[in-house]
Amino acid sequence: MSGALPDNLAQIREDFHELELRDRLQLLLEFSNELPELPERYVDHPDLLERVEECQSPVFMFVEVDEHKIVHLFVTAPKEAPTTRGFASILVQGLAGLTVEEVLDIPDDFPQDLGLTEAVSPLRVRGMTALLGRAKRQVREKTAA
Amino acid sequence: MTVATDPDTRFASYAHPERLVSTDWLAANLGTPGLVVVESDEDVLLYETGHIEGAVKIDWHTDLNDPVERDYVDGAGFAKLLGSKGITRDTTVVIYGDKNNWWAAYALWVFSLFGHEDVRLLDGGRAKWEAEGRTYTTDKESAPQVEYPVVERNDGSIRAFRDDVLTHLGNPLIDVRSPEEYTGERTTAPAYPEEGALRAGHIPSAQNVPWAKAVAEDFGFKSLDELNAIYRDGAGLKDGDNVIAYCRIGERSSHTWFALTHLLGFEGVRNYDGSWTEWGSLVGVPIVKGAEAGAVPAK
Repeated sequence: MSGALPDNLAQIREDFHELELRDRLQLLLEFSNELPELPERYVDHPDLLERVEECQSPVFMFVEVDEHKIVHLFVTAPKEAPTTRGFASILVQGLAGLTVEEVLDIPDDFPQDLGLTEAVSPLRVRGMTALLGRAKRQVREKTAA
Repeated sequence: MTVATDPDTRFASYAHPERLVSTDWLAANLGTPGLVVVESDEDVLLYETGHIEGAVKIDWHTDLNDPVERDYVDGAGFAKLLGSKGITRDTTVVIYGDKNNWWAAYALWVFSLFGHEDVRLLDGGRAKWEAEGRTYTTDKESAPQVEYPVVERNDGSIRAFRDDVLTHLGNPLIDVRSPEEYTGERTTAPAYPEEGALRAGHIPSAQNVPWAKAVAEDFGFKSLDELNAIYRDGAGLKDGDNVIAYCRIGERSSHTWFALTHLLGFEGVRNYDGSWTEWGSLVGVPIVKGAEAGAVPAK
C-alpha cells in the first residue's frame, strides 16, 4: 500500500508548501548545506556507490539496511550541484529511521508533490524522482534474500 | 555600447571581439554605471551559493521559458524580467555561468531574440573565474527596478523551427550533441535525465561537432585558428553558408551558435531550439542512425 507519508517527509512537504516560491529555493539551499559527508567506509570505497545516471551532476548513492530493518541512505553530490544536493538531503533526512516497509511505501511521485516543481522546474525535479526510485530498488535488492 | 569593450588582444582576431570580456576586464569593471552582470546556470541554486559581486540571476527555465507553452517568454514577460533586474534597453549586459557558459550562451541567445544590443559573455564563465581564485559573494540579489520597453521577439533571423529545418536540408547542419546521441545509441546526454525523444539518431546530413570542442583548457573559447580548424576544415563550413545548429533542447547549440556567429563571423546562423527532443518525436521526418552523416533526403 502507498499513500500516507511518513512523519519526516510529511513535515518537509508542509515546510515547503508554507513558503512562497522564492523562499522554497532558500529552504532547498538549506537542505543542500545540510547534506552529510559520506561515512569513512564509503569515502575509501567509491566502488560500493551506485551512480545515479538521471542526475545532471555526478551523484553517487548507497543504501544500507541494518539488522533492525532500518534503512540508511548515503548520497554524495558535488558543491557545484546544490540543487541535487538539496534533493539528496531531503531524502536523507526524510528517510532517516524509516523501516524497509515504510521506505517502499513512500509514493513514487512524492518529489512532484513537494511544491518545488514551479520553483526549480519539473525537469530538475526528475533528478529527485530518480534518486528515490534507485533508493527503493536498492532496498528491495538488499532485502530480497 | 554603453560600456567600453574589452581590448584584450586574445579576442582581437574574432569576428566580433566586443561580444566577449575577460575575467580581468570584468573584475576591473564591476560597478561601472551602465553595466549589469547576469549569472545564468544549469543549477537553479548555484547563484545562491556564491556569485560575482553585484550580479543578478536569470534562470533559463523559470525566467526565460514560458511556464505553459514550449516557447520563450513574450515581449511583455521579457520587459518585466529585465526591468526587475535593473537592465534597461541601453544596458551593457555581461552573462556568465556554469558548465562552460552553456546556459549563459543560451541566455545571450534569448536576449538576442529580443534584439538587446549590447550583450556579452564572460569568457570562461564560472569555471575560469574560480580557477583564477577570484571571489564570490552570497549577498542577496539586489537591483533597482527600471523600465525595459516591450519589444516583441524576432524569431526570424537566429531561430529555426522544425519546418525551417526541413526546408533547410541540403545546407549545413551542425549537431552539437555527444557522439552517443548523434549515432543514436542514446537519446539523452550521458548522465542527463531522459527528456523524452521517441527516436534516436540525427537529422540527415548533420555534421557532429560536440559543443565542447570550442572550449579551451582554460575554460574560455579556443583561438580563431583552432575554431577554424574545427568548423571550417573539420565540419566543412564555408563563408556564405547558411547554418543551423541543434542539440537536445537548444542550450548546447546556443554555445555553438555564439562561436559561429560572434567568433567566426558566419552570418544568419540559426539555433534550432526544438532540437532533438522535438525532431526525435516528430512524425514523418527523416532520421539517420549511426556515425555517418547520411544523405540529404529527396524532397
